[in-house]
Amino acid sequence: MLDLKKRSTLKAGLLVFASSVMLTACGEKTETKTAAAPAATPAATTTAAAPAAGPLKVAFVYIGPVGDAGWTFAHDKGRKAIEADFGDKIQTTFVEKVPEGADAERVFRDLASQGNKLIFGTTFGYMEPMLKVAKDFPDVKFEHATGYKTAPNMSVYETKTYEGAYLAGVLAGKTTKTNKLGVVASFPIPEVIRNINAFTLGAQSVNPEVSTRAVWVSSWFDPAKERDAAMTMIGQGVDVLIQNTDSPATLQAAEEKGVHAFGWDSDMSAFGPKAHLGSAIINWEPYYKKTVQSVLDGTWKSGQTWWGVKENSIDLVNVNPSVPEDAKKAMEEKKAQLAEGKAIVFAGPLVDQSGKEVLPAGKEADVAMLKSMNFYVKGVEGSIPK
Amino acid sequence: MDTFLLLLAPALAATINAGTPLMLAAFGLLVNEKSGVLNLGAEGMMLVAAIAGFAVTSATGSATLGFAAGALGGMAAAAFFAVMVLWLNTNQYATGLALSIFGAGLSAFVGIPYTGMSLKASSTAIPVLSKIPFIGPVLFNHHPMVYIALVLCASLAWFLNHSRTGLVLKAAGESPESAHALGYNVRMIRFAAVLFGGACCGLAGAYLALVYTPMWQEGMTSGKGWIALALTTFACWKPWRVVAGALLFGGVTILQLNLQGLGIAVPSQIMAMLPYLATIVVLALISRNPDWIRLNIPASLGRNFNPNAA
Repeated sequence: MLDLKKRSTLKAGLLVFASSVMLTACGEKTETKTAAAPAATPAATTTAAAPAAGPLKVAFVYIGPVGDAGWTFAHDKGRKAIEADFGDKIQTTFVEKVPEGADAERVFRDLASQGNKLIFGTTFGYMEPMLKVAKDFPDVKFEHATGYKTAPNMSVYETKTYEGAYLAGVLAGKTTKTNKLGVVASFPIPEVIRNINAFTLGAQSVNPEVSTRAVWVSSWFDPAKERDAAMTMIGQGVDVLIQNTDSPATLQAAEEKGVHAFGWDSDMSAFGPKAHLGSAIINWEPYYKKTVQSVLDGTWKSGQTWWGVKENSIDLVNVNPSVPEDAKKAMEEKKAQLAEGKAIVFAGPLVDQSGKEVLPAGKEADVAMLKSMNFYVKGVEGSIPK
Repeated sequence: MDTFLLLLAPALAATINAGTPLMLAAFGLLVNEKSGVLNLGAEGMMLVAAIAGFAVTSATGSATLGFAAGALGGMAAAAFFAVMVLWLNTNQYATGLALSIFGAGLSAFVGIPYTGMSLKASSTAIPVLSKIPFIGPVLFNHHPMVYIALVLCASLAWFLNHSRTGLVLKAAGESPESAHALGYNVRMIRFAAVLFGGACCGLAGAYLALVYTPMWQEGMTSGKGWIALALTTFACWKPWRVVAGALLFGGVTILQLNLQGLGIAVPSQIMAMLPYLATIVVLALISRNPDWIRLNIPASLGRNFNPNAA
């Protein structure tokens, strides 16, 4: 029989083994794409002098794995794009799967002290850690996605995902037979409510008969539950669905039941070739390109950016060939208007669920109204969970 | 009334579908526990099986091979656990927890090239029967694995109560010393039970990755292994009660989603808690009656048995 000491050694060994595999599998991975950095790297910490010869070091911090087929995948596509655009003028690094909170601060601090001069953080929860690190590295430019706090060396940027939802709504309004649309929703925050409203308004712009309902799954990522929510709505007669969650499960459910749905954040057509009407995607390249250029030129300024179709940051792509020509045309027309910068999505007269006018005719919703949206427009059924 | 039935049919069908992976995993864990071994690694085994099944099906196009690979993957993970627990006498709780963490990490690592891929969604309906109004869509429009799970339940109920091997298995879980003294190889009996548990958890994991949401995503079981573990206690280690419990747990989720779709306002956070709340309530209820639980809980559950020391 094994003695006690040996047994506990074995146990400890097993745990160490398991946790080391965990670390390899889930830990962060830093991948420096450009070959050998010039020997000047250590200088970065010792002097903040004028940009020395050698590439601008740009770093990205991601919340998810680059292979998530959604949010992080789209950001990493942007990173690869600027790498191609700027060639050897820049050198990019990314760290994936960094949880929101204290660990993020360590990662930002590490990247800043390794000589990265421009650092992007791509999730809301990085706001506070980034703000702290920004104070300690005044010569490093920080860029935070989807937050609201800025600093002299920290900007925020976001994309108008609701414009993509609106364009999807146009296709949905033209495609639906039951006039019932559905949204698989994550959490009742202004961003998601805005997207539900925009989807509904897009559909109503071509088909006044439609109504929308939302089912909340209380998660950004739970494929089985997203599927159940989609199936529930399909069972209740919904025949076009969109999701404001991260997995393609909604699209798969639609494929299985012979109804329609969309891709969100990235092109998801592979998950439901028949059901897929189009994908509302985010293209981060234009913003990343502009930002890198401004740092290279020395013209970078702290600020807030909210880009959409006009700046080529939002698009509806890969429209299914089965979509009728007139529906496609209606969508393209709206897209052209958005590209001209017309605020057609939340424009008066805008009426909320109870029939109260929230925006008179001729007026446009301002940023404050958009960023704090907490009402459903007319045509959305049910109530926002409190 | 008609519209009510029209809404009820898909909800009931979805409940059966949602309950199936819970059932499959819980059957395996039930046999596992009846032999006296508690394997907390269900979540890890399911994830390993999910990626194994997904990889094989996406390479071969065959769902049957995918399920076989899932069962084998689950068994491999279970064998690892069994060697640690049965031969090296490590603590069952710690080893099981390690397996659940290890399985999550390993599957995430192996699964990297498979994220973003999809399998063809397939609809399966039994001809003729699925055309019966109401009953057809509720009962006869499922994946074959749903029916296999029910057959498995009937076989298990018979095996545990009416077969000699079943009695020997239970003896190993009640009093391994007595079984050993009677000349049974307790170690091998437990090894077989643990492997069976792994295979069933494997089928459950493969069901998620091949049928329920035909894709691979890291951590996609999202707690179903733990619910299956709770389910065995909930069911007092009786196969038919496992079915009832699985349908109840699956049904709670489906019910809350359906209420939302109908526009009935219930706070989403409360509804998201419901399955777990139901588990706690049932656990509290059955623990209040110690005789109930003692009648069925394997007396040596979680206790290691070393034949060399007996």
